[in-house]
Amino acid sequence: MPDLNQSSLSEIVKLIKTKKISSLEVTNHFIKNIKKGKKLNSFITTCFDESLKKAKYFDTKGNIDGLLPGVPLAVKDLFCTKGIKTTAGSKILENFIPTYESTVTNNLWKEGAILLGKLNCDEFAMGSSNETSYFGKTINPIAKDLVPGGSSGGSASALAANFTPATIGTDTGGSIRQPASFTGTVGLKPTYGLCSRWGIVAFASSLDQAGPMTKNVEDCALLLEAMSGYDQNDSTSINKKKESYSKNLSTNIKGLKIGIPKEYRVENMPKEIENLWGKGIDILKKSGAKIVDITLPHTKYALPTYYIVAPAEASSNLARYDGVKYGYRSKKGKNLIEMYENTRGEGFGDEVKRRILIGTYVLSSGYYDAYYLKAQKVRKLIKNDFDKCFRNIDAILTPSTPSSAFKVGEKTNDPISMYLNDIFTVPVNLAGIPAISIPAGHDNQGRPLGLQVISKALEEQKILNIAFSMEKDISFKQSFKRWWE
Amino acid sequence: MEKEKFDYYIKTEKNSWEVIIGLEVHAQVISQSKLFSGSATKFGAKPNTQVSLVDSAFPGMLPVINQHCIEQAIKTGLGLNAKINLHSIFDRKNYFYADLPAGYQISQYKNPVVGEGEVTLDMPYGSKKIGIERLHLEQDAGKSIHDLSPDNTFVDLNRSGIALMEIVSKPDLRSPNEVNSYVKKLRTIMRYLGTCDGNMQEGSLRADVNVSVRKKGEKKFGTRCEIKNVNSIKFMEMAIDTEAKRQVELLESGKSIKQETRLFDTKRNETRSMRSKEEAHDYRYFPDPDLLPLKIEQSFVDNLKKNLPELPDQKKERFIKKFKLTPYEANVLVSEAATSKYFEEVIKNADIKLAKNWIIVELFAVLNKKGLDIKESPVSPINLASLINAISSGEISGKIAKKVFEIMVQSGDEPHKIIKEKGLKQQSDPKELEKIILKVLNNNADKVLEYKSGKEKLYGFFIGEIMKISSGKANPKLVNEILKEKLKK
Repeated sequence: MPDLNQSSLSEIVKLIKTKKISSLEVTNHFIKNIKKGKKLNSFITTCFDESLKKAKYFDTKGNIDGLLPGVPLAVKDLFCTKGIKTTAGSKILENFIPTYESTVTNNLWKEGAILLGKLNCDEFAMGSSNETSYFGKTINPIAKDLVPGGSSGGSASALAANFTPATIGTDTGGSIRQPASFTGTVGLKPTYGLCSRWGIVAFASSLDQAGPMTKNVEDCALLLEAMSGYDQNDSTSINKKKESYSKNLSTNIKGLKIGIPKEYRVENMPKEIENLWGKGIDILKKSGAKIVDITLPHTKYALPTYYIVAPAEASSNLARYDGVKYGYRSKKGKNLIEMYENTRGEGFGDEVKRRILIGTYVLSSGYYDAYYLKAQKVRKLIKNDFDKCFRNIDAILTPSTPSSAFKVGEKTNDPISMYLNDIFTVPVNLAGIPAISIPAGHDNQGRPLGLQVISKALEEQKILNIAFSMEKDISFKQSFKRWWE
Repeated sequence: MEKEKFDYYIKTEKNSWEVIIGLEVHAQVISQSKLFSGSATKFGAKPNTQVSLVDSAFPGMLPVINQHCIEQAIKTGLGLNAKINLHSIFDRKNYFYADLPAGYQISQYKNPVVGEGEVTLDMPYGSKKIGIERLHLEQDAGKSIHDLSPDNTFVDLNRSGIALMEIVSKPDLRSPNEVNSYVKKLRTIMRYLGTCDGNMQEGSLRADVNVSVRKKGEKKFGTRCEIKNVNSIKFMEMAIDTEAKRQVELLESGKSIKQETRLFDTKRNETRSMRSKEEAHDYRYFPDPDLLPLKIEQSFVDNLKKNLPELPDQKKERFIKKFKLTPYEANVLVSEAATSKYFEEVIKNADIKLAKNWIIVELFAVLNKKGLDIKESPVSPINLASLINAISSGEISGKIAKKVFEIMVQSGDEPHKIIKEKGLKQQSDPKELEKIILKVLNNNADKVLEYKSGKEKLYGFFIGEIMKISSGKANPKLVNEILKEKLKK
């Protein structure tokens, strides 16, 4: 039997398709890994009995022609899964079992994948370190004192630790790309509207987008292909033909023009990241791409804009968690208002409350124009920056994050410095365009670092190809031991 | 006919006050399914049986606009001669309540689907145009039921998410009477269009009423109060009158009006403060990021416009021109689409003048008394036409016709059958009539003498006697002719 810890998703698919290995064997392998990996706390819920049942069924009667035949997968606990607890990392949904399946996960199951369990995440996807989860912090497999990033921290941790051959996350301001960068994995945030939001617990509706998290670019193309697609239940879903990203994957990027935005050379950026960026530029040049200096003048407003728009939408999206219909309800309180106050007071964590407060404030009468409306205008300017650039270039190369994975507890009392971690990823969400983060090296402490490739809307194939080409030349290797086993 | 003068002022010893009224009418859209979900909208279903995951705001659920509701709103806008906005936006109106599952209502705030329009009212003092400020689409909330248990409130989400049109008038209304007329006119237009059934008992039509007062002749508006959720025309009229008087009383005693939201207590006929301006909700409106801006093609609007049915104002004009009705008669006949349809069916085969009178006077009296809709009329248009033709042809007299009509109301029978069975056919044989007349004159020889010596009033007495003997069946026209002849001699 091949070493599944060394196998990519695509390789596993091939092994199952050629009957070299059964779905049950693969599923058992990952379950064994998960059971030995409790220290990382990357799972909130597991459903092994169901997984094994489905794997056995697949091996006898399953359809081998799907994109993910009999492949066990764990997913972020923000995707509603029918009959399986879905918490969004919050106490307020501690015991919530959906009667429905999100469109994106359903797409995976239709391609033959099998659910292993639900992965830890920051509460309602609000956080950059996975420390705001009600179910405890997740640890980065790179080292026991490091955060895996967030909010898809459980997904990144589980993927890097080989608890799942690939996974999916959601990215509102960098929640896929930043943890991918922190764990030496690949993460892609698709164009807004490429993957349906139906059945995903909402954080900020105009920014939320689901995407693949994988060990390599080939897997990323495959998983994106499986999960994306038009959905008439989501009014913001893009109605277009499904693409064959994996089939069309190519390392030929000759003649592509790659922009290097000067505004991303932020103050106090570690030398190592500066160097990594330079290395990426050199690699692209060698592959025949043309490097162009570009300017995205409104970049510095992206983070403040994001921290108005996202909390505003969140404050409204989270109003439904009131203890009336489902989820946690406080037993205290003499009347409806007190029941609300106690339920929400006890059910939400600090970071969620902070954002509800900010969001409520910026939408309030008298402040709306100064904050929310202005933020919407700036958002348009940020989008215009990208639009203008993409008239002359094919893609943009930037670092994924301004630092490598930080220590557990290092930033918990300093929300601003935590927010600053999203400085390179947030503009992409505001513009609704796609970006991929690929592992590109390590810092001098051995922590992975990522580079980000951005394109205009719906050019996922292009950034996948660029990333695919760079990946070959970088030949990144994970260097950690399975210390948790 | 002399026109009456407008005269609704709150008169006190010192002053005469004008009342300024604006209405926000909430009209339920006729639609099989809700505004943003596929749930049914049937009235009176068991609690919580018409609720989808979207209506109950489960995590990750998303709204998808129901195109039929958009069509209905545009049609209504066209019926109000209003501007259709080709670009409009759905916003979230945020507030907490147990029967509002998402914690926000999807509505339209700054960019409604329909803009300014107008409605024409026919008042006794002439026609009056009432401006429409806007019409927007929004979701209804669920229903909280507080009186089923002493300890609990029950929530029924069947209404949650049902499409409403909020039609906002300009502050152009000046009396309870005008409000009555305005609401009825809106209702008529929407019923013609099939966009709202206007059924106030079922809550398909309700209104928030804005009232302020100012001294007669003044130009500046006074401070207004909003009376929330009034669900019948009668209550609207009462509430306005009561509220206007309350405001006048306050102002005349030197106090000022506080802008606030009030509730109308129908039992006590008084309005009560619900919340002041300071306590007013901050709804934190913002565009719903789950929905794209609503873009409508001009051709789509044009197509709806082309297929619009004849509206009450157009129909009225046609009735006046084509059928020579008075504006009053035309108004009465077009006020309900079903009434005008009834009328037009009757006059296909019968005299217009008789038809309009029979419908407006006799038929309406019966329907009113029985509390029936014209669609449920026991007398069908064809039967009424037959009855009218029996009158026109002299088969029966108008008086007998009333008797036949009464029987038609009871039995639903065809008039000729009744005339035949009851032997009500008019006596039109001159020889027979002459016999009766001579008999009456012979029996009352003294009165004949009196008549001839100048007491002409007795003519009526002779007619009465003749009718008595003929059981009312004598053809009045012929009786007249023969009697006059006989009395001359």
